[in-house]
Amino acid sequence: MTYIAKPKFQHPGIKKNALGYSHRDYEGKISTLCAGCGHDSITASIIEACFELSIEPHRVAKISGIGCSSKTPDYFLGNSHGFNTVHGRMPSVLTGANLANRELIYLGVSGDGDSASIGFGQFAHAIRRGVNMTYIVENNGVYGLTKGQFSATADRGSKSKKGVTNTDNPIDLVGIALQLGATYVARSFSGDKKQLVPIIEGAIRHKGAAFIDVISPCIAFNNHAGSTKSFDYVREHNDAVNRLDVLTGRDPIEIDQDPGTVQIVEQHDGSRLALRKIDADYDPHDRLGAMTFLQKHAAQGQIVTGLLYVDPEADDLHSHLNTVERPLNRLGAADLCPGQSVLDKINASLR
Amino acid sequence: MRATDISAPDYFHKVVDCQWACPAHTPVPEYIRLIAEGRYSDAYMINWKSNVFPGILGRTCDRPCEPACRRGRVEESPVAICRLKRVAADFKDDVQQRMPRPAPKNSRRIALVGGGPASLTVARDLAPLGYHCTVFDADPRPGGMMRSQIPKFRLPDSVIDEETGYVLSLGVDYKAGHRIDSLKKLLAENYDAIFIGSGAPRGRELNIPGRKEAAANIHLGIDWLSGVSFGHTDKIGKRVIVLGGGNTAMDCCRTARRLGGEDVKVIVRSGFEEMKASPWEKEDALHEDIPILNYLVPVAFTHDNGKLTGVTFQKVKAVYDDKGDRLLVPSGEPDVTYDCDDVLVAVGQENAFPWIEADCGIEFDKRHMPKVDPTTFVSTNPKVFFGGDAAFGPKNIIWAVAQGHEAALSIHRLLSGEDITERPLPEVHISSQKMGIHEWSYDNDVSPEKRYKVPHRDKVVALKDIRTEVELGYDVKLALGEAHRCLNCDVQTVFSNTLCIECDACADICPMDCITFTDNGEEADLRSRLRAPSVHPDQSLYVSSDLKTGRVMVKDEDVCLHCGLCAERCPTGAWDMQKYFIETTHAGHACPSKRRSAA
Repeated sequence: MTYIAKPKFQHPGIKKNALGYSHRDYEGKISTLCAGCGHDSITASIIEACFELSIEPHRVAKISGIGCSSKTPDYFLGNSHGFNTVHGRMPSVLTGANLANRELIYLGVSGDGDSASIGFGQFAHAIRRGVNMTYIVENNGVYGLTKGQFSATADRGSKSKKGVTNTDNPIDLVGIALQLGATYVARSFSGDKKQLVPIIEGAIRHKGAAFIDVISPCIAFNNHAGSTKSFDYVREHNDAVNRLDVLTGRDPIEIDQDPGTVQIVEQHDGSRLALRKIDADYDPHDRLGAMTFLQKHAAQGQIVTGLLYVDPEADDLHSHLNTVERPLNRLGAADLCPGQSVLDKINASLR
Repeated sequence: MRATDISAPDYFHKVVDCQWACPAHTPVPEYIRLIAEGRYSDAYMINWKSNVFPGILGRTCDRPCEPACRRGRVEESPVAICRLKRVAADFKDDVQQRMPRPAPKNSRRIALVGGGPASLTVARDLAPLGYHCTVFDADPRPGGMMRSQIPKFRLPDSVIDEETGYVLSLGVDYKAGHRIDSLKKLLAENYDAIFIGSGAPRGRELNIPGRKEAAANIHLGIDWLSGVSFGHTDKIGKRVIVLGGGNTAMDCCRTARRLGGEDVKVIVRSGFEEMKASPWEKEDALHEDIPILNYLVPVAFTHDNGKLTGVTFQKVKAVYDDKGDRLLVPSGEPDVTYDCDDVLVAVGQENAFPWIEADCGIEFDKRHMPKVDPTTFVSTNPKVFFGGDAAFGPKNIIWAVAQGHEAALSIHRLLSGEDITERPLPEVHISSQKMGIHEWSYDNDVSPEKRYKVPHRDKVVALKDIRTEVELGYDVKLALGEAHRCLNCDVQTVFSNTLCIECDACADICPMDCITFTDNGEEADLRSRLRAPSVHPDQSLYVSSDLKTGRVMVKDEDVCLHCGLCAERCPTGAWDMQKYFIETTHAGHACPSKRRSAA
């Protein structure tokens, strides 16, 4: 923990985005997490992604549960809406908020405890319903706030800091999300911002349930030999299938490699995802193939990262429910109580 | 790039921009921290050791440190380093007990020509070693130009008396009213070494029509100032024109305002911005209702029956040639004449050595300056050394002090039978400032405050008395606020590549985006790939050896706030904040030779 406030001075040549903000304007309070926490790098990546996309901070709602990861919304987007919910209840609160006001950008921030244990059901249903959101799990495989017990995502056979071997099978949140119909699924690593930042950008621009599992080493309790979520282990076993660039507006696409290996995916809002293939056989539009690929590589001890699945034609909960276009807070009395004649019509239709 | 060698003394010294820019390399951040702690005497002694005249310099220094100050690259203005130096001098306790004791004399005799800052620095360094130092000066009291040319309203006599007193009380002989008019005679007196610190005592003439006819009311700036200083001159006409744009011109015009000048103007050839005077001195002149007119070249003094009536000027404009050099060319407008009663000519100073005979073994160059080695300050006569304005022409006090130290070192080595071209390395200490997990033994919380103004005496009161000091100096509270603005650039960010796990925590927290983890490359290439653009390529890049992933850590030292957040957020202690204290080596009993490898 750091006690001084981060100085307000900025680099004199600092980059500004289309809104005239620098990345410093997307910061929150100074982090109270342990020094070197992977979560702080994810925080920095979210800041970078929002800065790059020139998002107006007041257009974002950041919602989290309980845990180290769920503390992080305090450390980014200090001028956004925020809701720190009961443990594991982030997905329902986010769903409710999204239904009430579909115009905001929803950022759900959770951890492996919050989403794979106490909130596992909540996680499943929010994904299943296709809520338009970016759901980020900061996954370190341990309960850091209670001193490092294995969480539900810890790999079988991995060792705790005290030397105890985990005998339970892990929950692979990416696999579950694919199975439950998430329309943008990715995995990344807190120590690889080059990969992570564009994945977050793509998720924010995606319409539908976007799920990102970010492996985030716990410096205090899960960064030792024998851990499968340490910096060294993840760097050694990282199998990236692709590299992503998010293109907004009319930026020309610079292709610095064989054009056949770059795939352009156009999303609903006109943003384009330029996917540079690393694994030539990997098809990010094949849900079933992705699931098989993941299982196969997991069995070999590989951690597959990259944009694993994307459905550019995805829909969200609002279109499924055919809800009103406007946010509820902008509906007036006349919209909500359209009068006797409308009621008569409805009644007549039911006779 | 190759990994940075932080063991080379210059690397971290350069990061302390103020100290690097100071000719005497005074450890600035160290004494500013002491001021913040209220340890004024300690702050004074650090200064005294390094620059000999803290109270004088704290009022008059040309401050090469301030334009270099890192704070000036981070926000609007640098730390008021110069005026903080004065704070140390103003609030210190009696420091006489801390001064070196006069040493038992060895048999070596040194003659010092001129009683100004250069000679007194040499005497300060050599007297405690037992050398018998004799200072010869034409003036009754020591100080040289510090006393004769700097007006008392900027530098009171009491400050000069105190600080020259510390030097003389080391057992230095001061021969007052003793002008040396023959080097040959002095050489014949068999001194072991002679140091010439006689300054640049002659004002440059302005030979234009009317100069001779109206001579009674045309004065050479520096002569006139010393006349005022010693009480020979106490009035001037109501309308005064000062010619010249340097600091002497500023002193002339402000002095004229106090001796009866009501309509005082400064008129310069160049543009206002290019004037040689320090910006703050121009500001002080403007504040005393002295207009500065520019792009006017004096062409003639007008006179009537031997009485000066005014000065005629040609109007010029600045044009730039192919090479980008500025030329002043006539603008074509008609000449203008400004009426006046007196003119002060302050268009430059010159050296004059009519007292050095041709057969003294001293060679002169084409510009009639003695040939002096820029490192050892020895002349072509191995026993005769030069320093201060006498060596390389007019500069400021702090340069004279720096050169005095070097000359003293040369003299000491010469008389110890050592090679004077071999210069000792500076003394360096580096130590971690870590006290606890997030505690440092320096105040790492960066102050957002803007530069504090130094209080001035009310103008009406100040203009009435030529001996009333205009600047009042910071009080304790203002000094504390200003001291907090210092970024502690001497507390260095030290990186260990073997401890780094590349978690990015430092790069994420750094408020100035100084830190980048990237693939190595040539310097220009690396500079193009930094997280924040490299704005000042003259500022060093700190490059680590290869890390585990094959990348390197690159830190642009340019705008680092030295807030220590990188070290606070580092989980493995790969970053540490270490205080780097460097002092140039003066003449002493143990001048370490360069044989020692870099620290």
